[in-house]
Amino acid sequence: MSALIQLNNVTKNYRRGKEGIAIFDGLTMSIEKGDFVAIMGPSGSGKTTLLNLLGGTDRCDGGQIIFDGERIDGYSEGQLAAWRARSVGFIFQFYNLMPVLTAAQNVELPLMLTKLPAKKRRDNVATALKIVELSDRAKHKPKELSGGQQQRVAIARAIVSDPKLLLCDEPTGDLDRNTANDILRTLQQLNRELGKTIIMVTHDPEAARFANRTLHLDKGSFAEVTA
Amino acid sequence: MSLMSQTRSVIAMNVRSIPQRLWMSLATVVSIALVVAVLLGFLSLANGFNQTLKGSGAPDVAIVLREGSEAELNSTLSREQVDLLGRGPGVKIGADGRPIVSGELLMVVDGIKKSSRTKANMPLRGVGANGLLVRKQAKISQGRMFSPGSNEIVVGAGLLREFEGFELGKSVRFGAQTWRVVGVFEAPGTVFESELWADAPVVQSLFKRGTSFQTARVVLTSPTALPAFVAYAKSEPRLQLSAQSELDYYAAQAERSGLLIRYFGWPLGIIMAIGALAGALNTMYASVSSRAAEIATLRVIGFSGFSAFMGTMVEALVLSAIGALLGVTICAIGFNGLSASTLGAGFTQVAFRVQIGPEIIGQAVTLALIIGLVGGIFPGWRAARQKPLLALAA
Repeated sequence: MSALIQLNNVTKNYRRGKEGIAIFDGLTMSIEKGDFVAIMGPSGSGKTTLLNLLGGTDRCDGGQIIFDGERIDGYSEGQLAAWRARSVGFIFQFYNLMPVLTAAQNVELPLMLTKLPAKKRRDNVATALKIVELSDRAKHKPKELSGGQQQRVAIARAIVSDPKLLLCDEPTGDLDRNTANDILRTLQQLNRELGKTIIMVTHDPEAARFANRTLHLDKGSFAEVTA
Repeated sequence: MSLMSQTRSVIAMNVRSIPQRLWMSLATVVSIALVVAVLLGFLSLANGFNQTLKGSGAPDVAIVLREGSEAELNSTLSREQVDLLGRGPGVKIGADGRPIVSGELLMVVDGIKKSSRTKANMPLRGVGANGLLVRKQAKISQGRMFSPGSNEIVVGAGLLREFEGFELGKSVRFGAQTWRVVGVFEAPGTVFESELWADAPVVQSLFKRGTSFQTARVVLTSPTALPAFVAYAKSEPRLQLSAQSELDYYAAQAERSGLLIRYFGWPLGIIMAIGALAGALNTMYASVSSRAAEIATLRVIGFSGFSAFMGTMVEALVLSAIGALLGVTICAIGFNGLSASTLGAGFTQVAFRVQIGPEIIGQAVTLALIIGLVGGIFPGWRAARQKPLLALAA
């Protein structure tokens, strides 16, 4: 397998008042294409910052971020937004669906950033909803759906534009055990059957077991790697 | 294409989410509606008043005043001068073979206004036999014209609406004299409808004016005859009077009086608009704040800051447009066509109808949209600058 995403000697600092806080000081890591990686670690260890850097929603202060052979750390805001739209699907802890839109309209949102005609968009939305087994809920608004169903809609939204990378930020943090396991099985299926590369930040060791491997992040570096 | 479609999507989402912020949005709509209604109310007053004054003048009627007088009340003309005016160039000859000239006096008398039940000034005009001939728009609608030499008056329909006790057949007292109302005349959309008319020689006698008049109205063969007649009135040694078309005379009066109403309406409208703007800003900042997670989510997915800006801007404009529509509706239902009266240039009441027109609706709606625009720009800027961070989207 070759690397889908590679971080070379990445540094990231935050300022709190006059004090500078180093989150990453020379972080190097690689995620292979088709991998399903869980990232665990205590609060403040840099998990969300890492996810922001991997997803191009934040910039590193130094080092390189290479996606599929292309450096993205030098991209402008507009280039990064366009890159995110075509390459990354995001799944959030609280689903982050638009309450005024139906499930199908929520799933269609990333396609509004493409030049696909309306019919092709509708076809893609139908396929994505079928994959998450929610075709019969296409016209429902988020408040008419359970938490698990809402997260499935969010997953359909993340995969509708067929991105190579899925970034999941505590995707089961708001769900009960059974529903969480259903969601995790869906992610596993996306990884195994559609070859999606998945990076999932979680606090839940049970959730991490669904991944191919787990990286433990502590104070800005990977302290331990478990298969 | 993509920028347009993503902007369209965000605008649709914003507008559809307005009911989620119903009360704040409603407060903004109502405050903008009040601004529009108040401003439009004042502008339509000014508009109606202006239209009445402008509608009062005819281009082929010359009004003659003493040189230096701007209004009828402070002018004076002798009988000889009025007769001499009839011999001027371009004066129209009536069916009786005599020039159509009307020497007139304008007196101020008291009446009781129906709306406030307080005393207010009314114009009593002394006119001659040609009084109706020099005013093509005037006609007796009830009763008859006064008889020459009698204490009879005819009353304008506008004055009848606004003042008490002038119904047909009633007697009224001005000073020591009692007058009988024998007719009602209509002169739609003119100041004359706010007047009482009586026989000029009787008015001269009862108000101790000897044989003098204040103005003369002279019907010309056409508007093009005016310059020669004006020159004649000014240069004839026995006249040396100021003549102008009746149209210009009332247009100048409308300009002065209408400005007063407008100068009051606009500052009040703008002060209220500043208040409404504060409300609109508050609503839109609250909107951006309540949608912070949604905006951040869209930004993470790849939506542009411009689409977030436009979504907020259009939401503010939609609220202000609804407010404007409501304000115009309130004004149209509540005020348009209402009869009102105010002090005219002759220190007497002029009755007119409040008139909403496209031009003033345009001005009031523009003000509402400016409130929406300014109320949307700054919150929109905040929305556009929202960072696409995952933590913000949580």
